[in-house]
Amino acid sequence: MIEIRFHGRGGQGAVTAAEILAKAVFEEGKYTQAFPSFGVERRGAPVTAFARISDEPIRRRYQIYSPQYVVVLDETLANVVDLTSGLKDDGSILVNTARETIPSLEEANINTHVVDATGIALDVIGRNIVNTVMLGFLSAKTGVVSIDPLITTIKDTFKGKVAKTNVEATELIYEKYSGE
Amino acid sequence: MVVKVISSAEAISEAVKRARPSVIPVYPITPQTKISEKLADYVADGDLDAHYIRVESEHSAMSAAMGAAGTGVRVFTATSSQGLAYMHEPVFAAAGMRLPIVMADANRALSSPINIWNDQQDSITERDAGWIQLYAETGQEAFDTVLQAYKIAENPEISLPTMVCVDGFILTHTVDPVDLLSQEEVDTFLPKFEIVNACLDPEKPMSLGALADENYYFEARYAVEEALEKSKAVIEEVGKEFGDKFGRYYGLLEEYKSEDADIILIAMGSICGTIKDVIDEQRDMGKKIGLVRIRAYRPFPKEALREAVGDAKLGVIDKDISFSAGGAVYLDTKASVDNQTTGFIIGLGGRDVTPKDIVEIIEKTENPEKEIEWIGLKEE
Repeated sequence: MIEIRFHGRGGQGAVTAAEILAKAVFEEGKYTQAFPSFGVERRGAPVTAFARISDEPIRRRYQIYSPQYVVVLDETLANVVDLTSGLKDDGSILVNTARETIPSLEEANINTHVVDATGIALDVIGRNIVNTVMLGFLSAKTGVVSIDPLITTIKDTFKGKVAKTNVEATELIYEKYSGE
Repeated sequence: MVVKVISSAEAISEAVKRARPSVIPVYPITPQTKISEKLADYVADGDLDAHYIRVESEHSAMSAAMGAAGTGVRVFTATSSQGLAYMHEPVFAAAGMRLPIVMADANRALSSPINIWNDQQDSITERDAGWIQLYAETGQEAFDTVLQAYKIAENPEISLPTMVCVDGFILTHTVDPVDLLSQEEVDTFLPKFEIVNACLDPEKPMSLGALADENYYFEARYAVEEALEKSKAVIEEVGKEFGDKFGRYYGLLEEYKSEDADIILIAMGSICGTIKDVIDEQRDMGKKIGLVRIRAYRPFPKEALREAVGDAKLGVIDKDISFSAGGAVYLDTKASVDNQTTGFIIGLGGRDVTPKDIVEIIEKTENPEKEIEWIGLKEE
């Protein structure tokens, strides 16, 4: 079973990202489960969401404490949340940042992938909503979800121009980082 | 077969749509709101031909549900926590009037302190109302149970309101795969409701819920008791018919690896998924642990429980507390069997329940120190 934790702020779409991931891997014939950290929803407040992926039906119903992957939509959360809490030794963290490295993670010897998702989102989508971009990055870096079902699910989740630009941004980032 | 990755809240709404109720009086409350929102969408989009009544409170929601059900039509409503507490008075009345209303309860803690998260105190507190109460473990079961609930409630021999209970957030806000039966499939199982018993009709005027003095009240209450007892067989029959048609079987309770078990846990709702995973791990280590999942809390399946537990040591897990007495399921279990039984209070107000907690419960069931243990309390 693969467990993934998303960190974002209210309004950034962390919960939607977990749900899109779950729906996309289900399209690939796997069992999935996604859920938020059941907080009180406020714009800007830290939000955590979780996804599980398995070849067997998933029965367990508790929060994820030792994720394989952590996806961070907003790096300023590092000041308020322990982003790497429980991260598996062979796990990795994927961070949206304009920086090329994150010294604190490097010092801690944590396998880190960085991407300027905000830059791409502003260019292509026209808004700083990075959840789909980060899913494209997750797909490219980990292969935990394939790009085709991911794109299909994004198309099903959004409508019109929003769907179109999110697909564009996700494809762009996937092509840029896959096989790296 | 259409399997979609959806939340239990949406699964319940999809089931309700296929049951085609005529009237839906509902008032929003977290974490139930997703159900009432979805149903509002279906009605607004023309996908469900129902009167959707935006009532001003839960007390009114249940009152309107009673009025509608009294005319002999299918009715649905949903609530949570304080909302259920607020409708306490008409909840009792609905059962006494024998109205086959189906209500979903997204299980949430009761104040105070104010808390929007999951435990089962809200519906447990209504256990004496005379309603049938069914607790679902998964979104799939929530979908399937709504359809069965109508069939059970509307059986002319039963004619009792039925509550479908799902853990708030843990089920209502978690998405996972749910097989959504088609309308055609559902129609073969749950046809349009044709009322057989007396109902409100301008051609044949009558009263419902009239005053009954001691000449009648006692017998009316006994009639509810008899109907609830009889519903045990109906819940089993309907669960079997559903299984024969669609491949998923249901009953009063579910036995998981309990047949040869030395220790059996007894629990309700979504926590049972986690328990099953822990049981598999314990069995790999050679420990004979089992689970009896209570699906029908009312009627309480004493006979089936007695048969299922043999002479195993029992650990009963409650997400509710009757202060100074113990959890409700524990007390009912103690009243039904003579086994060594320990009660565990857990997960109140949404405190996460992990496999470590379940292992602790297994250990304390094997070697009990106290009658009632609170698991997961923070040290002072």
